[in-house]
Amino acid sequence: MKIKKLTLRQKKAISGLLFIAPWLVGFLVYYVSSIFLSIKFSLSKIDIAGSGGYSAAYIGLRNFKYALFEHADFNQIFVDSLIDILIDVPFIIFFSLFIAMLLNTRFKGRSLVRLIFFIPILLGSGAIAEALDLATQNIQGGASAMFSDFTPPSGVNVDYILGVFLDLGLPLGLVDYIVDLVSRIYEIVRASSVQIIIFIAALQSISPELYEVSKIEGATAYETFWKITFPMVTPLILTNVVYTIIDKYVTSEVVNTAYDTAFTTYNYGLSSAMSVLSTIVMCLILTVVCVLISKKTFYYN
Amino acid sequence: MKIGIIDLIKFKTMEKDVLQNYVSKYANRIKSFLLSIFKFFIITGISFVILGPVISIFSNSFFSSTDVYNPSVFLIPLDPTIDTYRLAFMRLDYWNTLFNSFIYIALITLLQILITSMAGYGFARFEFPFKKLLFGCVVVTIVLPAYTIMIPLYQHFRNWDVLYIFQIFTGSRLNLLQSTKPMYLMTLFGSGLRSGLYIYIFRQFFRGLPKEIEEAALIDGANTWYTYFRIMLVNAIPSVLTVTVFSMVWQYNDMFYSRLFSIPSSHNITFRLSTIQATIAFVDQVKDPLVSQLYVYAGVILVLLPILIMYLFLQRYFMEGLERSGIVG
Repeated sequence: MKIKKLTLRQKKAISGLLFIAPWLVGFLVYYVSSIFLSIKFSLSKIDIAGSGGYSAAYIGLRNFKYALFEHADFNQIFVDSLIDILIDVPFIIFFSLFIAMLLNTRFKGRSLVRLIFFIPILLGSGAIAEALDLATQNIQGGASAMFSDFTPPSGVNVDYILGVFLDLGLPLGLVDYIVDLVSRIYEIVRASSVQIIIFIAALQSISPELYEVSKIEGATAYETFWKITFPMVTPLILTNVVYTIIDKYVTSEVVNTAYDTAFTTYNYGLSSAMSVLSTIVMCLILTVVCVLISKKTFYYN
Repeated sequence: MKIGIIDLIKFKTMEKDVLQNYVSKYANRIKSFLLSIFKFFIITGISFVILGPVISIFSNSFFSSTDVYNPSVFLIPLDPTIDTYRLAFMRLDYWNTLFNSFIYIALITLLQILITSMAGYGFARFEFPFKKLLFGCVVVTIVLPAYTIMIPLYQHFRNWDVLYIFQIFTGSRLNLLQSTKPMYLMTLFGSGLRSGLYIYIFRQFFRGLPKEIEEAALIDGANTWYTYFRIMLVNAIPSVLTVTVFSMVWQYNDMFYSRLFSIPSSHNITFRLSTIQATIAFVDQVKDPLVSQLYVYAGVILVLLPILIMYLFLQRYFMEGLERSGIVG
């Protein structure tokens, strides 16, 4: 039998598929079936049987209709979370790029500062946060108590500063936006610690020759930033925007509501409908954002 | 600047240049001074915001039970004690658990790096059918809230089998829960904790590398796998280290999968920490939450320390040593 020789393109396609093969198997085994099950849940009424099993009865789109038009506050929570995400993402990106650039310059005690900026990743979520939450909840009876307990008290009269800015003629919306961000500074630092690390890695992968050349040619720091640093980190700006949106979404009220619906009121159908709905909307937003940013993204090739 | 006698003749023409030189030199010096002051304030301010909670946890961990009820004690304990640490040490079974946790985390991280960097490279450099759709699937795995797939996953690992092999030979399926196997399996097939994100990071990084590297390797006769392992992965060390740090920290701090698969607490020190208050309440009869929280604080410090030390160690390579490697070296 004569074996047809593969073209270079086909060979490359096969090795590409081999590279992603482990992931593809995992995706098919762990995700596809689970996603189908979630969609099936969202289209049915789930009854938990006494033995731990469940029975699903097909009810069409009723869960979706209920979530969107009848549920007391899903609508509002959903829209609020989306607006929160859209407000915070640009600020977090600029903030983390700014801090990454500060941390990338040479100064005394740099490794200590980098260590400090790493701590929020550990304290922000997961088991350690949970242990702390539990400890304070037992005393004060509320997770929010932790914040008031551990964030340093500010002795600044915010209203006075607000008044000064308003007297200067700054628009109220802008002042509100800034005051809101400043008062949530702990949250924002916590939400941008991963992005800072990604940006530092990006900044360090810029070859120093580029900076040397621009210095010899007499470029100012401002020009160097916009012509070299910024274009070279755009691929990771895209990564960070995607990460920030997802991170904000995964920790948002929508996901909490869906989780509560599933595990405190045991309405799996409704909960699946909520998460399917919000996941679809997030995917749409991510696609739009990716298309918009990729147009401006600069790849070295 | 020294000015010789002969130069005095030229002095009139030079005067202007010299003056300008001086001015710009001073302006530069003042500018960089102001900039470093600005930098100092921003960095100290934000560090304070981050460290505030940590400082209060740290100082609280040395409080004795009398200090807790003394309203005049703030941050500095009057009657400092390390009994909190002694008990937390014992109840966490510190050295054993830490050792097991680190082996578990290191293996998972190695697998993560291998599998996700391969997938990232595949998505970055090769053309194959449905590539965009498949990459969309990667993004879906990042976005999908983990709890939506937890029930199917639980059932999958409760009755685990490959093509009914075990059912045929042993008559029943395997129960992989209450061990670390589910996590290893999921990571091996690129579905571990935040694997999608790592694939994304690697893909973005490989796309940023110049294609000439591989072309040169191809011309020199290296095959695809050799190019990948010996050339591309070495160039991707910044991303490898980023992913190492993230993977270790998140795996260390993971709660969701540990709970879902009931991973034994002897392999998971942070999971132990989350139950330490209850343990101490029942075993040592410390029922007062105000006192038992001190043990939690001591435990938090004990659990934070090793990972911070590891980060300090990695940071040397992660942050400092890489500046020269650049993109192409």
